[in-house]
Amino acid sequence: MLSCKDVTRLLSESMDATLPIGKRIGVRLHLLLCRFCLRYKRQLLLIRETARLLAGGEEPYGSLTGEPLSEGAKERIRESLANP
Amino acid sequence: MAKPAQLDPSEWVSQYGDYLFRYAMLRLRDRSTAEDLVQETFLAALRNRGTFSGSSSESTWLVGILKHKITDHFRHQARESPKEEGDLRDLPDSSPFDASGHWASGPADWGGNPADLYREKKFLDQFTKCLSGLSPSHANAFTLREIEGADTGEICKVMNVTETNLWVILHRARMLLRRCLETNWFEKSAKKGV
Repeated sequence: MLSCKDVTRLLSESMDATLPIGKRIGVRLHLLLCRFCLRYKRQLLLIRETARLLAGGEEPYGSLTGEPLSEGAKERIRESLANP
Repeated sequence: MAKPAQLDPSEWVSQYGDYLFRYAMLRLRDRSTAEDLVQETFLAALRNRGTFSGSSSESTWLVGILKHKITDHFRHQARESPKEEGDLRDLPDSSPFDASGHWASGPADWGGNPADLYREKKFLDQFTKCLSGLSPSHANAFTLREIEGADTGEICKVMNVTETNLWVILHRARMLLRRCLETNWFEKSAKKGV
């Protein structure tokens, strides 16, 4: 029987690789019985989706937010481009 | 006949500076490193402008150069920083499990509709703050996997670790990130009653 500690590790691993069938079944059975691990799994998926949302897809000028490049840095970079 | 693509380096900083900087900041979490890599990107683009084929847009081309610079930076960081213990042992007091491997205190109910969270800029800010709080190797591995969407084989090469090692690093990064969000976002908003 897998412990919660094992299951959290396997849940993460299953996001990066395909688990062997035995472990996959073990995790699935555990999740039927353990609301904490099921919750943990949903939260990991939420974290994954948030990271993807932050990345804003491949489209340039996508939904990236955050502070702009400072004026000082822009000036510095323009200077270095003018005198490479 | 289509005109060959024209690059206009004098406009690059105004046109693409903010976007490239934000792109770099999200992945590097450090202002001066992000500024440096944006500058290096423009300089490399200037040197290699003869290779710009026009098959992609100017911005896509620049992002591609920046992406390489960021990966290189991660590679150097992995080489320079000592290997961290790839398990949860060095955090004895923060392990959420008891001796038998069951939750000592389980994850809290985050409630609400998670899809609504994405529209909250403050939540996204907290997320990047939590990511910045991880050690560089955890944060870089997570960034490559979840923000860049790289596959594990690729990440192992950049980070110079085995696949088993990487799984442990990612597991730990997710666990720490989850706990940071719970402590700094969900528990606080629960207290405020929102």
